[in-house]
Amino acid sequence: MTTNSHLLALQHVSQVYTSGAKRFTAIQDVNLTLSEGEFAILLGPSGCGKSTLLRIIAGLQRPTEGQVLYRGLPLRGVNPRSTIVFQTFALFPWLTVLENVEVALKARGIPPKPRTARAFDLLDRVGLDGFETAYPRELSGGMRQKVGFARAMAVEPELLCLDEPFSALDVLSAEALRGELLELWSGGNIPTRAILMVTHNIEEAVFMADRIVVMDKDPGRVVTELRVGLPHPRQRKAPEFREMVDRVYATLAGQTQPEHVELGTAPGEPGRTRALPHIAINDLAGFLEHLAERPTHRADIYRLAEELHVDSDHLLRLTEAAELLGFATIARGDITMTPLGETFAEASILARKEIFASRIRQLPIFKWLLAMLQAAHRHQLEWDVVQTALELEFPPEEAQRQLETAINWGRYTELLAYDDSGQVFYLEPGGVSSPGSAIRQNGR
Amino acid sequence: MKQSSRLFKIEQPAHRPINWGDIVVLVGVAVFVYAGVRLALDAPVVIKGPTISLSPGALPWYASLSIGRMVAAYALAMLFTLVYGSLAANNRRAEKILIPLLDVLQGIPIFSFLPVVLLGFSAILPGKMAAELASIVLIFTSQVWNLTFAWYQSLTTIPGELREASAVFRFNTWLRFKTLELPFAAISLIWNSMMSWAGGWFFLMAAETFTVGHRDFRLPGLGAYLQEAANQGNLQAIAWGIGALVLVIIILDQLVWRPLLAWADRFKIEMAGGENPPASWLYDALRSSRLIDWLIQATWHPARERLDAWLLRRFSLTGETARAKTIRPWPLYLVGTVGGLGLLYGAFRAGQMLLAVPLIQWGAIGIGVMATLLRVLAALVIALVWTVPLGVVIGSNPRLAAWLQPVVQITASVPATALFPIVLLVMLALPGGLNLSAVLLMLMGTQWYLLFNVIAGATAIPRDLKYTAALLQLSRWQRWRTLILPALFPYIITGAITASGGAWNASIVAEHTEFGGRTMATIGIGASIAQATARGDYPLLLAATLSMIITVVAINRLVWRRLYRLAEEKYRME
Repeated sequence: MTTNSHLLALQHVSQVYTSGAKRFTAIQDVNLTLSEGEFAILLGPSGCGKSTLLRIIAGLQRPTEGQVLYRGLPLRGVNPRSTIVFQTFALFPWLTVLENVEVALKARGIPPKPRTARAFDLLDRVGLDGFETAYPRELSGGMRQKVGFARAMAVEPELLCLDEPFSALDVLSAEALRGELLELWSGGNIPTRAILMVTHNIEEAVFMADRIVVMDKDPGRVVTELRVGLPHPRQRKAPEFREMVDRVYATLAGQTQPEHVELGTAPGEPGRTRALPHIAINDLAGFLEHLAERPTHRADIYRLAEELHVDSDHLLRLTEAAELLGFATIARGDITMTPLGETFAEASILARKEIFASRIRQLPIFKWLLAMLQAAHRHQLEWDVVQTALELEFPPEEAQRQLETAINWGRYTELLAYDDSGQVFYLEPGGVSSPGSAIRQNGR
Repeated sequence: MKQSSRLFKIEQPAHRPINWGDIVVLVGVAVFVYAGVRLALDAPVVIKGPTISLSPGALPWYASLSIGRMVAAYALAMLFTLVYGSLAANNRRAEKILIPLLDVLQGIPIFSFLPVVLLGFSAILPGKMAAELASIVLIFTSQVWNLTFAWYQSLTTIPGELREASAVFRFNTWLRFKTLELPFAAISLIWNSMMSWAGGWFFLMAAETFTVGHRDFRLPGLGAYLQEAANQGNLQAIAWGIGALVLVIIILDQLVWRPLLAWADRFKIEMAGGENPPASWLYDALRSSRLIDWLIQATWHPARERLDAWLLRRFSLTGETARAKTIRPWPLYLVGTVGGLGLLYGAFRAGQMLLAVPLIQWGAIGIGVMATLLRVLAALVIALVWTVPLGVVIGSNPRLAAWLQPVVQITASVPATALFPIVLLVMLALPGGLNLSAVLLMLMGTQWYLLFNVIAGATAIPRDLKYTAALLQLSRWQRWRTLILPALFPYIITGAITASGGAWNASIVAEHTEFGGRTMATIGIGASIAQATARGDYPLLLAATLSMIITVVAINRLVWRRLYRLAEEKYRME
C-alpha cells in the first residue's frame, strides 16, 4: 500500500515541551496510519500523550516535529473533514439541544431552514427526538454525549475523533452508548470513513476496535499495535475476548526487571528517574490484601479489574506501585506477591508503616530527597527549591505531582514532614508525626 | 445571599511583590498627572457654575442628566473592556504589559485625579463641556477596571474543551464571541456592571458637586440639586432630592438589572440545576407576553439571522488565518520606543516640577497622608465593629435575612456622596465637625461592602461545623475564635479591600468642602489636593496627587494582598 491510499498518516510526529533549558518529550516519534473503513483506538495509561496526539491529528495543535498527512496532503490548521467528540461533551450550556447541533451547521453557513431540518433529523437518529428544546443541564450524562455525537455527525466528518467519550459516563449509559456507536458505524448510515478513539479502558478498546494502538508513557510513544479480529457483537465472556484483554494488560503492565533497572536513578544523575505512581496508600494496602486472599497469591491482572471494580488505568498504577516497592512481581500479565508483600498484607498498622518506610528508603527519588534534607540547614528545604531540582527530570506539573505523592508517602511513613503554611519540607526529628499538620490536597 | 458575595468581590491577581512593571506604570501615571497639571496652568481662574433650581418639577430633568452621564461613561467602559480584555487574553505579548497595568490602575484612588482632570479639561474646552467630559471620564475610570478584569478572566477561564469545540466546528471570530465568549462571561459582566454602577453613582454625585475656590465645576444633576438644597437648608427639597435619587436607583434595579440577571441565569456554566435562580417580575411578564414573543419572532430572529450570515461571510476563517500571518511585530516596537521616549521625557519634566516643591510642603503632605490614613483606619474599624456582629446575626438567620436584605440593599444603594451635604448640615455644628463628617462619609461609603461580605460569609459556614461547635460545647468566645472569625476572614478581607479603596477616594470630597458659602478644611491628603487646586499651586497638586496614589498602591501591595493570599490559602472553606 502506498501512503496515498491511507486516509491519515502520521510521520515521525513528536511533541516536545521546553521548560527553561530542559526539554520534555510528550510524544516521541509516532508513525501511524489509518485507512478508510477502520475503527482504531489509541490506548494507554494517563500521561502517555494520547489525547495530545488526537488533537494533533484533528489539527488543533501542531506537532513540534514530523507531519500529519491527510489524504496524502500535509495538514495545516484544523482539519475541516474531521471532528471531535469530547470527554466532557463540550456542549454550550446556554444553548438548547437543538441549538447545540444547529450551531455547528451555522458555522458552515447553512441557512436556517435546511439547518433546522438537518438538526432535527440528526437528533432523531441518535434517539433524542422530543428533547430538542431541553438544555444540556436537564439531560443525563449519556444523553448529553448523544448530543455530542449528533453535533459531530452534523458536519459529516470523514474522520471522527473520539476523546474518551464514555469515561465521564456511568457504567450503564456508557455500555448503551458504545453499542449505539457501533451500530451507527457498522450500519453505514453516516458518511464517516474512519474512527479514531482515545481511551485508557482496556476492555472498552478490545470491545470496539478493529485495531488497537498501544501507547506507553515516559516518554509517550507507541509500543505496539494489535489487530482485533473478533466479529461484532463481541462477547466479553468469550475466551478469545479475554485472551485479547490479557494480552493488552501484559503489554501495559510490563515485566518486572532486575531491581536496579526497576528503581532507576536519582534526579540529576544520568539515567531515567523512575516516577512515583500516584496512588493512595490505603488503595495499595487494600489491593495487596485482596491478592493475599487468593490461595496462590497470584492473579491475572485483567481479572483483578473485574473483581475490584477499578478501571484499568487505576489498576495499572496499583500494580506498578506494588512492583516498584517490591511487594509483587509481574510477568506476562500475571501478578505474583513476593514474601515481603505477603508480610505487608498480614502486618499490623504500625508494622506496615515500618515495612513501607524501609522500602521507600530504597527508592532513588526518596534517597535523594532525604539526603538533601540531611545536608540542608536545620534539615529543612522549601518546596520551591525541591521542585526546581526535580524539574530537571520532570515537567513542572509532573514534578509537583511527584512531590505531592512524596509528601503523602513520607507523612505516612513518618520519614519526612511538610509544613503547608510555610511550604517547607523537613525531616521528622523523632519519628513522631505532628498531629496538627494538614494534608496538602492535590492543588485543589 | 450568594449574589452579594459576588457583587463586592474584586478579583485579585496572583501575589507578586512590586516589580518593574509597577514602576513603569507609576511613572506613566506621574506623567499623566503632570500633563494634566501643565494644561491646568492655562485653566480659567474663575469658572461659573450652573444655577440649580430647587423646584421638584426640575427633578426629572436633573435625574435624566445624571443618568445620561452614567450611561455615556458605562458605554465607554464596556467598549474599552471588550477591546482591552480581548487583546490581553488573546495576545501573549500584550498580556504581559496590559495585565500588570490594569492591576495597578484598579488600585489607584480615582478621585485623586478629579481636580487634575477637571482643570486640564477646562483649559482646552469651554467651561460646561469641560466639566461634563471630565465627569464622564472619571465615572468611566471608576467603572472600567473591574469590568475589564471580569472579561479578561472569563476569556482565560473558558474550559479548554469548549474552546476546542469552537475551533473544531470552525467558528469564526464573531460566532465564537457570540456563542462562547459573551455567554460565558455574561453573568460575571452583569454583576460587575451592577458594581460599577454603584461605584459610578458615588463618583457622579461628587463630580456634580465639586467646587474649589473660584472655580465652580458643578453640573446640573441630582447631586448638585441635593447640595444646593443642603446649602440653603431647604429640608423639603432635600427630601425630594433623596426621594428622586432612591427612586432612580430602584427603578434601574427593577427595570434593568433584575431582568438582566433573571435572563442571564441561562448562562450558568454549572451543569446541575441551581436553587434560587434570580427572579424578576418584569422579566417574567415579558416572557409570558404573547405580543413580545410575536415581536421577537417577527423582527429580532430574522434580523439576528441576517446579521450572523453577514458577519460569518465578512469574517471568514480563511481570511482570518491569512491576516494573522501578516501581522508583524515592528509597528509594536515602534510604538513602544516612541512611547518609552515620551514617558522618559515626561518623567524628567515631572521630576523637575516636583523638585520645585519646597521641603516644608513635602512635610505637610506627609502629615496629610498620615492623617487621612488614620481616618481610613478609623472608618474601617468602626465599620467592622458594627457589621461583623450584625452580619453574623443576619447571615445565620434566614428569616431575618429575607426581611432585612432588601432594606439593607436599598439603603446601601444610595451613594454616600449625595448625602454628604446633608451630613455637613447636621455635623458642622458639632466640635471637630468636618473631621467627624469626613470619617462619617468614609464610613457611609464603605461599610456596606463589609456588611454584605460578612452576611455572605456567615451564610456559607457549613452547618456540620456549627453542629460540631455546639456538640463540643464551646463557649461563645471559643466559638467565635475557632469557627466564626476564621470562616469569615476571607470575606472580611475581600470586603475591607474594597472598603479601604472607597475610603481613600472619599477623602478628596470629605476633607475640604465649600458649604453655605464658607470654605472648610481639615488636615489630610485629600484637603491638600483640593487646596492646591483652589490656590493654583500646581507643583503641590502634582506632589500631593502622586503621594496619595503611591501610598494607596503600596498599602494594597504590602498589606491587603498579603492578607488576601493568607485568606485564600488558609481560611478557604471547600
